[in-house]
Amino acid sequence: MYGVKTDWFEPSPGCHYDLEDYESLEARWCPGCGDHAVLTAIQRICRDEQLPPHETVVVSGIGCSSRFPHYMKTYGFHGLHGRALPLAEGVRSRRPDLNIFVATGDGDCCSIGAGHWIHAIRYNMKMVVMLFDNNVYGLTKNQTSPTSSHGQRTNTHPRGAWLQPIDPIQTTLGITNASFVAQTIDWHPAHLTATLRAAHKHDGLSFVRILQRCPHYTDDIFDFARNDASKILLMTHPDGVEVPAAVAKGFPNATSHDPSNIDEARRLACGEDGLPIGLFYRNPDAQRYDLFSIEGLATPRAEKIAAVRRVLDGYRV
Amino acid sequence: MMDVPTTEPLEIREHIVEFVSDSGEGAQTAGQLFASVCARSGAGVWTVEIIPAEIEPPVRSRAGASGIRIRFGSEEVTNMGDEADLVVAFNEQVLYSRIDQGALREGTVVVIDDVWATHRDESVKAAYNAAMEDFAERGYDVRPMPLDKETAKLTENTRRGKNVWVVGMLAAWYSMDLAPFEDEVARIFNRKRKGQAVIDANHKMLRAGHAWGQKNLPVRLRVPVEAAPKPKVVMNGNTAVAMGCMAAGIEVCSMYPITPATSASHYLAAAFDQAGGFVHQAEDEIAAVAFAIGASYAGKTAVTITSGPGMALKTELIGLAVMGEIPLVIVDVQRGGPSTGLPTKVEQGDLLHAVYGHPGDAPKVVLAPSTIEECFHYMVTARKLAETFRTPVIVLTDANLATGQAPFDYPELSEDWLSPPIDQSPWSGSTRPYEWDDKTGISPRPIPGQEGGQFVLTGLAHNEKSHIAYESALNQHAMEMRSRKMAALRASLKPPPVVGGDDGDLLIVGWGSTRGAIEEAVHTMRAEGVKVSSAHLRFLAPMEPGLTEIFARFGKVMTVEINYSDGDAIDIDQEGRRRSQLAIMLRSATLVDVESWSRVPGQPLPPSMIIGAIRDALSEDA
Repeated sequence: MYGVKTDWFEPSPGCHYDLEDYESLEARWCPGCGDHAVLTAIQRICRDEQLPPHETVVVSGIGCSSRFPHYMKTYGFHGLHGRALPLAEGVRSRRPDLNIFVATGDGDCCSIGAGHWIHAIRYNMKMVVMLFDNNVYGLTKNQTSPTSSHGQRTNTHPRGAWLQPIDPIQTTLGITNASFVAQTIDWHPAHLTATLRAAHKHDGLSFVRILQRCPHYTDDIFDFARNDASKILLMTHPDGVEVPAAVAKGFPNATSHDPSNIDEARRLACGEDGLPIGLFYRNPDAQRYDLFSIEGLATPRAEKIAAVRRVLDGYRV
Repeated sequence: MMDVPTTEPLEIREHIVEFVSDSGEGAQTAGQLFASVCARSGAGVWTVEIIPAEIEPPVRSRAGASGIRIRFGSEEVTNMGDEADLVVAFNEQVLYSRIDQGALREGTVVVIDDVWATHRDESVKAAYNAAMEDFAERGYDVRPMPLDKETAKLTENTRRGKNVWVVGMLAAWYSMDLAPFEDEVARIFNRKRKGQAVIDANHKMLRAGHAWGQKNLPVRLRVPVEAAPKPKVVMNGNTAVAMGCMAAGIEVCSMYPITPATSASHYLAAAFDQAGGFVHQAEDEIAAVAFAIGASYAGKTAVTITSGPGMALKTELIGLAVMGEIPLVIVDVQRGGPSTGLPTKVEQGDLLHAVYGHPGDAPKVVLAPSTIEECFHYMVTARKLAETFRTPVIVLTDANLATGQAPFDYPELSEDWLSPPIDQSPWSGSTRPYEWDDKTGISPRPIPGQEGGQFVLTGLAHNEKSHIAYESALNQHAMEMRSRKMAALRASLKPPPVVGGDDGDLLIVGWGSTRGAIEEAVHTMRAEGVKVSSAHLRFLAPMEPGLTEIFARFGKVMTVEINYSDGDAIDIDQEGRRRSQLAIMLRSATLVDVESWSRVPGQPLPPSMIIGAIRDALSEDA
């Protein structure tokens, strides 16, 4: 930390936040867990964008990844299983000044909180929603999640998962008013950071599915793509997620995808051309509920009390 | 009394009038018109809506009865009373629905439209004639009147207009001036944005009814009233809750539609924006409370309004608000349960759920308004308590308060009620987010945006820094601190006032909407020399102090509640008997052998029923 940052001065251009201003308790995720990479990426973005830690809130549900807020030196809200999104919506509803990040897992978002997921996309309130998708319930020790692949052996399905998995990207692209839908991978810090940065800069709800491995239960699920980068389809576009040329070179299978094209986004999401990463869809004009919910925020007290009198007068006898 | 012709009106202290019609014939509008004029004149009034379950039920059916009961009198009226004195029925079938409800007694005057006696459909005629014989046998004072025929002189569609004609006729019956009715008609139709032509047509109808009444009614009544010294408002309990939210400076109402609570949110949705507020209709009950909790965590004042099934769904998140010490106001407009139960009907069945219905120990404040006026003021109290004690506050109203209407003094508002929840100046870096005061359990609350106050709120066990902590001693301490807040609040409460005598043979204890009926029953019995008193609890958690001392002054203590308890019909020993909810709490708190008398009729307890309970309780002793 350097420069002026004290309680008795107004924030000045000289005020500067370092990485350590976003670092809290030592993360207690397992070694090798993808959550560590996401934490580092978010701390970097906060530092790069100079987000005041006291004006930043990380909201989460329950699960391994939902411990995320505890490791940030910002405000945090470690909520209940499945409820991260409505909690974050409430925070956002009357606080346009805050930076809001949501950490949710595949069980949290796509199973117990699936109803909230659909409506959060439709509300499109400005926040970054990170879906930590490791295809398994890790914290409760290896149960099938809604994104577990068919046949995946877990403690609840020891002979293999019986159902087909939900595809969170295809689902989100099917929800009315989706405004930013992206996918990235935990084993590629540059793409991860670039995607989350684009998400942060978007004016609306940015939904980012982060494909990650659980070192205990699903360590090998992405081996096919980690061992052979050509299995990944890198989606690039000036309006999409920008990665340096040197990074793009690592992905032999790349395509230029215009993120305003929803039909192509839905086609790519099916994965026939490879495991897609980057920005599927962006609609900066999607209606934002948080612009509606803040109406009347600055109403002066005298006007409020006059309004109450006016309403009461309607019932006067 | 009706058959003695006289020029002077007969003075009476109060009357209960019901209007009942097919849905869509305007009995409710007529009733509201009549009740508003009564209230404006300074009379005491209590109205109860009679609501069919469906939006467009079949005509001439019991299930389709729609209407209103108005109890009005020279003095304040606090409840719906017993059987009706006068019922205006637009057909005999809708009257049967009131008979089924026990709303009539021998001698009740029944005004019924005589148009059915000459109806061209023989089956309708027969049904009417059979009913008229039946009504006479039941001892009603039946008065067929030409409602339809007279109305037809002024309009082609008598389904629209009959209602106002009836009000004009009743104005004559009760010797009331017509001018205030004309003013009220203009107000009602202006509010509905109808043109002058509609107002003129209704004025004609009103005058015609009045003229007919003056000419044809054999006797007239008069309820003497004195003009009210203070201006008043008239509304139902749900509107009062909504107005209370606005007056309390609450700025977010997050809700999901549920009967009978939703209308409170309707009133807010219509007017909240004028006071800078916002109604969020969430995707479900869980999201509704989560959204409110999020807003409150971010330093805004929030309420969620629901009913029993919604409370069940919100349970886990209310527990989070207790654990994270997030101020929150929760209104539970109780209906009959369990499960979907009786959606539109009254019950006081959520008390134990509100106080104890959470996994683990989850102390929180539970309040119960007992009047419509209190529905307004308790919202202000609830917000203040929620913030002072950093806790959820549950306000238990019910379907009786929600839909009953009564006048109360125009509230004196205060700008202080609208203050933001907390001082948002920078946070002292050394202060911990749960720096519990040892004596009160209260701690200062940082909110996002306050520099230096950064903390992570969690529903996991945590220490004063809000760090996850599972240590035994710490868990014990944190539980004590959250519980201590209830003790601190209790220390500031007064014992409940005792109505009647300070000591005696029987003390009735109640809570919530039953107060008016209980106190009326107590006054009636005391006038007969019975030594009965009552106490009504406003705080259910923490419990109001002084109860053991009050109970000791009475030979017997009994709660009167609208919830289930095993009565005499079930053969069970005292130990196994399932008791009413407040009785369970009082027995546990005071070790007094508190009896319970409770019923689940799906409607408010009339004073006569409580009088019966008092007589039974005292005769058991004799």
